[in-house]
Amino acid sequence: MWRYTLKRLIQGVITVWFIATATFFAMHNVPGDPLANDKAVTEEIRANLEAKYGLDRPIGEQYAIYMKNLVRGDFGISFTQQNREVNDIIKEHFPISATLGILAVIFAALGGVLWGALTALYRNKLPDIIIMFLVILGISVPSFVFAGLGQLALVNLNDLLGQSILPVAGWGTVSHMLVPSLVLGLGTMAYLTRLMRSSMLEVISADYIRTAKAKGLPATRIFTRHQLRNAILPVITVLGPAIAAITTGGFVVEMVFAIPGLGRYFVQAVQQLDYTVIMGTTVFYGAFLVFMVIVVDLVYGLVDPRVRLE
Amino acid sequence: MAEAGLTSTDFERIEQSAAIQAITRPSLSYWQDAWIRLKDNRRALYSLYLIIALLMFTIAGPWVWRIDPGAQDVDQISQPPGTDRKATVVEPFVPWDGTTLIDTGTGLRLAQPATTQAVRIQWDPLTSTGTYRVYRNIFPLGEERAFGLPLAEVSGSDGLYFEDRLDLRPGTYHYAVVVLDEFGGPGERFETLEVELTRVITVYEALAKGLVASTNDIRIGDEVKLALHPFGTDYLGRDMLARLMAGAGVSLFIGIFAPFLYVLLGVVYGATAGFIGGRTDQGLMRFADFVVALPFLLFMILFKIVFGIGPGESGIMPMLLALVILAWPATARLVRGQILQIREEGYISACRLLGAKTTYLVVRHMIPNTMGVILVTLTFAVPSAIFTEAFLSFIGMGVAPPTPSWGSMCNEGLKTMLTYPHELVFPALFISITVLAFNLLGDGLRDALDARMRSRE
Amino acid sequence: MSDITSSEDGFTRTAGRQLALFFLMAIGGVAALMWVLSIAASLTSSGTTTSQAVDAETGTVTIAFTTEPPQLDSTLATDMQSGMVLGHVMEGLLTYDANNEIAPGVAERWEIGENDATFWLREDARWSDGETVTAHDFVFAWRTALDPKRASEYAFILYPIKNAEAVNTGKLPLDALGAQAVDDRTLTVQFERPLAYFDKLVAFTTYLPVRQDFFENTDGKYGADADKLLYNGPFMMTSWVHGASLRMDKNPHYWNRDKVKLNTINVGYITPDPNARLNLFKDNNIALSGLTAENLPSALENRWQIHRFVDGSVFFIEFNHREDRVTRNLNLRKAMLLAQDSAELVYKVTKIPGYLPGASLFPTWLMGVDKPLREEYPANLPRMDLELARRHLDLAKRELGVDQIPPLTFLTGDNPISNIQSEYFQAVFKKNLGLDVKIDKQIFKQRLAKMTSGDFDLVLAGWGPDYNDPLTFGDLFASWNLNNRGRYANPELDRQVRIAQSSLDPKTRMDAFGQIQQILIDDAVIIPNYERGSVYVTHPHVKGVLRRVIGADVDYTRAWIDTGA
Repeated sequence: MWRYTLKRLIQGVITVWFIATATFFAMHNVPGDPLANDKAVTEEIRANLEAKYGLDRPIGEQYAIYMKNLVRGDFGISFTQQNREVNDIIKEHFPISATLGILAVIFAALGGVLWGALTALYRNKLPDIIIMFLVILGISVPSFVFAGLGQLALVNLNDLLGQSILPVAGWGTVSHMLVPSLVLGLGTMAYLTRLMRSSMLEVISADYIRTAKAKGLPATRIFTRHQLRNAILPVITVLGPAIAAITTGGFVVEMVFAIPGLGRYFVQAVQQLDYTVIMGTTVFYGAFLVFMVIVVDLVYGLVDPRVRLE
Repeated sequence: MAEAGLTSTDFERIEQSAAIQAITRPSLSYWQDAWIRLKDNRRALYSLYLIIALLMFTIAGPWVWRIDPGAQDVDQISQPPGTDRKATVVEPFVPWDGTTLIDTGTGLRLAQPATTQAVRIQWDPLTSTGTYRVYRNIFPLGEERAFGLPLAEVSGSDGLYFEDRLDLRPGTYHYAVVVLDEFGGPGERFETLEVELTRVITVYEALAKGLVASTNDIRIGDEVKLALHPFGTDYLGRDMLARLMAGAGVSLFIGIFAPFLYVLLGVVYGATAGFIGGRTDQGLMRFADFVVALPFLLFMILFKIVFGIGPGESGIMPMLLALVILAWPATARLVRGQILQIREEGYISACRLLGAKTTYLVVRHMIPNTMGVILVTLTFAVPSAIFTEAFLSFIGMGVAPPTPSWGSMCNEGLKTMLTYPHELVFPALFISITVLAFNLLGDGLRDALDARMRSRE
Repeated sequence: MSDITSSEDGFTRTAGRQLALFFLMAIGGVAALMWVLSIAASLTSSGTTTSQAVDAETGTVTIAFTTEPPQLDSTLATDMQSGMVLGHVMEGLLTYDANNEIAPGVAERWEIGENDATFWLREDARWSDGETVTAHDFVFAWRTALDPKRASEYAFILYPIKNAEAVNTGKLPLDALGAQAVDDRTLTVQFERPLAYFDKLVAFTTYLPVRQDFFENTDGKYGADADKLLYNGPFMMTSWVHGASLRMDKNPHYWNRDKVKLNTINVGYITPDPNARLNLFKDNNIALSGLTAENLPSALENRWQIHRFVDGSVFFIEFNHREDRVTRNLNLRKAMLLAQDSAELVYKVTKIPGYLPGASLFPTWLMGVDKPLREEYPANLPRMDLELARRHLDLAKRELGVDQIPPLTFLTGDNPISNIQSEYFQAVFKKNLGLDVKIDKQIFKQRLAKMTSGDFDLVLAGWGPDYNDPLTFGDLFASWNLNNRGRYANPELDRQVRIAQSSLDPKTRMDAFGQIQQILIDDAVIIPNYERGSVYVTHPHVKGVLRRVIGADVDYTRAWIDTGA
């Protein structure tokens, strides 16, 4: 177990290095001029700017400096927000994206498992039909449409009630988090519901369930201990990728709901060719995802005794 | 050695008289079996028809609906389906200096009949000196005194007039001229006017739009019918149906071709790794692991700007390339797993013992046996590729204008969601239907092709 | 058989109950988790708090920003959003009053001569820590802005000061700058050449004061956070949560504090999405929201008072005049100028009431000698004339020796308006002249790189004013101006620019601007598109909000709350 974890961690570090290198060279091949601005500057000022950001050195040296700083956990200073460190940007905005993402994953996982179990239980009956219809909607409608509609629904709801129950945008309190994280988790929830349903159906007709019933085990015990627990396993396996998709896919929700998350910063940074922020964010996200996948794998080993970590 | 009493006749061949055993079921190949299963799955079958219909829409559509998706008509901007298309022919527009009048009444009045070309109003001074602001509304003035859109400030003491040309649509407008107070805000004195606008067109425009064949066919005052747009028009007056078809070309091209390419790459990569095995396998798969670890959307955006879009290019190729670069490892892993599994099967060892060559093994056994999985992967990859395209277009990193795609149309439509919902609804509907159809077909294929992945429904 | 079925039903029922229990547990768990998370969030940052757009009791007005200021170091600031915040929390020697006239700021009186200027600072001007604002603070700020190591992009605006350019390029040391603090309250400035508009320059952001000791204590992070900045304006920033919110409270040390009526300007939201801002306004969360053409009908339906404002910037298509480009051909440029109608663009395509059809590089709001410049020197831009345009095109083809003009590259940005505009013009030039135009849509920095290197035939460009003098537009196409991205060079235009720069007689200067305007039209240097405007809605209880073409826009420094009660 420990050896396995260590091995995975070392692999993770190498992966992060790969991501950092890929980002660095991708970034330095982007056409365009990160130092350009609305007003043209003279050669002298340009040279000074280049010196300030170390862009005047050969690319190999830049790479070496970048790697050295990376090891120390220093991503440098933002190009557009000239007096701000990328570390500060990540420190301030990632927790917001993470909160949003975690909530969305929780919504998606809980919702997926429970709705999935419900539909399997009432297979081909009304609840099943209704929920599966919603699931199909959830899978086939793009997230930005949901986000736009979600905000519109909030405005109309508040308008109808005559007072602001849930804020339409912004961040800070519970009420700000609810709708954006639901919207963000919706697609994944739909996907997990489908997965849970089919896995539950498989479990329901499994031999050991029949045996358990024949043995006269109480229904609650069969349901929770045997059916739910076994049916959940496939859901957990896809949770890792789901977390990845949700945390990095938060751009749209962050943009629509004016949430100051890291995703929105990334999109802005790309439009501004803010090298340091782009590299910092990408490497940080990459490292985060690698770590999450490792965690999910370890958790899976704990939940499913049949899997031995090797 | 005693004679056993056998004669040579005992060794004669017995004539086969009749069928010994009737085969009750025709022998089915894997694919025939799969097809039968798929046919039984009504949802999957309908999805397949739907996909074929969508492809027809994309490929044959432009031959049937021969409207240029790029043709703009600034007189029919953002029209919902089913808008009245009647227009009266009028003289070409000439700027107005406020002197030519038809009506010589008092108060706020129309100087000329109001048309979608221009609304010309004039009024008598309300105060000795003063500045007036001209407003236009779609509602009559209520008690909240919201005058509507401020169009301009007009000052003077005599011959007050204003010409409105801003986004005029047929229907009723309520104009108001308000005397400004000392802070520059609307004051207490105002006059209002209700105006009915008729849609008009000039002879030149009618000719240019091909509504009439020659100048002789129409005269001023005639009525013509503007071009038909069954799905309405977009923000530049382009035909939505034609754009949806052109957009389908882009979205489906990326949605189908990109997965095809990266699944192919994944198959080749994974099969190579799985078949060769050993160190090569280890190395190849480690590299795949790296690529998997790249945050997908972040790198999609990064690659998009790295490849860049040149002048006049649509930006489809960079997107395709970025998708292929980032998305292949999943298939590679899957195929490698399959190959490793098949390699250990007894029939492969048997084959080898019987002296089968590698090519034979690959062509006869490996590929057919993995084909099901690959096909299912491919089908499920399509919706995600379509979503990726739509997402990138949404954040402004998609195809370059004027190339339409469903995603970029959605992005534009989202802005006008409240006012002209048809600009969002149609492209969003097409995305949803396509994604749904491919998902359901994927389910069906999985059930039909792959016994292990078969879901219980 | 029936027995089995009923036991199945029993099982389903029990399991269903169990599931319902789980549902309740899940909801409870999530609620608890969200509660914990929100507490954690409020510990780490204050974030947005749900608040009313206008709170008369506390004197607070809540507004939204489209983007946040990158940073608030006045010596580095370049963008409008920084200008807005700095206009509220800082005060220069001179400022603009409610009628956009130059008014005393930190300087209570001033004398501007032909070659120098003297400013006498008021005694009661204070920094937000209570210390006096001195002449040294200005000299330090200007030297800092010109320091070659700091590479400030707006250093050029200080160039009219003697030796500024030499200091900025490193040819002279910082203390060679022609600005001295004679004593704490007297500042003298020498000019590089005679200058007619220094009073207007001094009101610009880059001329704001910076206190040396504070600046040096911020460890290079001056202006990066609320506590990394020292204020001397009517407001002071008390919190800045990056990307989320920014709060400006009344500055108790400000000399003119009695005139400041608002207690707090709370920038509660930062979102570039116009629909989100409109929704916030509708929900009574913010007091002011701009409107796009798309959401005008919704504003009308809500019966809001709509305001209109011309924001001072002009937008145009700039031709590339470099040697190797076909757009160097005058007849081609004239053909394109004549083949389009900016009125159609504004009235049918952009559809926002605040926009004015473009007719000149000089916007309508600029003042001439006595009246607006454009009234004194009307722009006689030719009207759209397809026949004449095609004749010019034929001439151009003959001169260039081609049967068909090669496809033109049309460089544009990636914002929605330029998307629509470029698509519109592509179709117009195709339809009216048969010209092929290839749209080259690029993100901000890539577009700028291509503009600088001249990799375009046409480019959608815009220009906003820095100071309130026609010269802020007038010298744009001077051959030496780096912002003249198309490299248009005309000795006659250069001569007129020099006159406008150095003459002190208003009439002579305005004549020069009239000449420049005419040259730009005759030579078809640009295709004017529009003067940008905006329409916006405000909360009915907020009064006295100023919109400015120059300086802080939107300006709340003179705003007050009137509930009408």
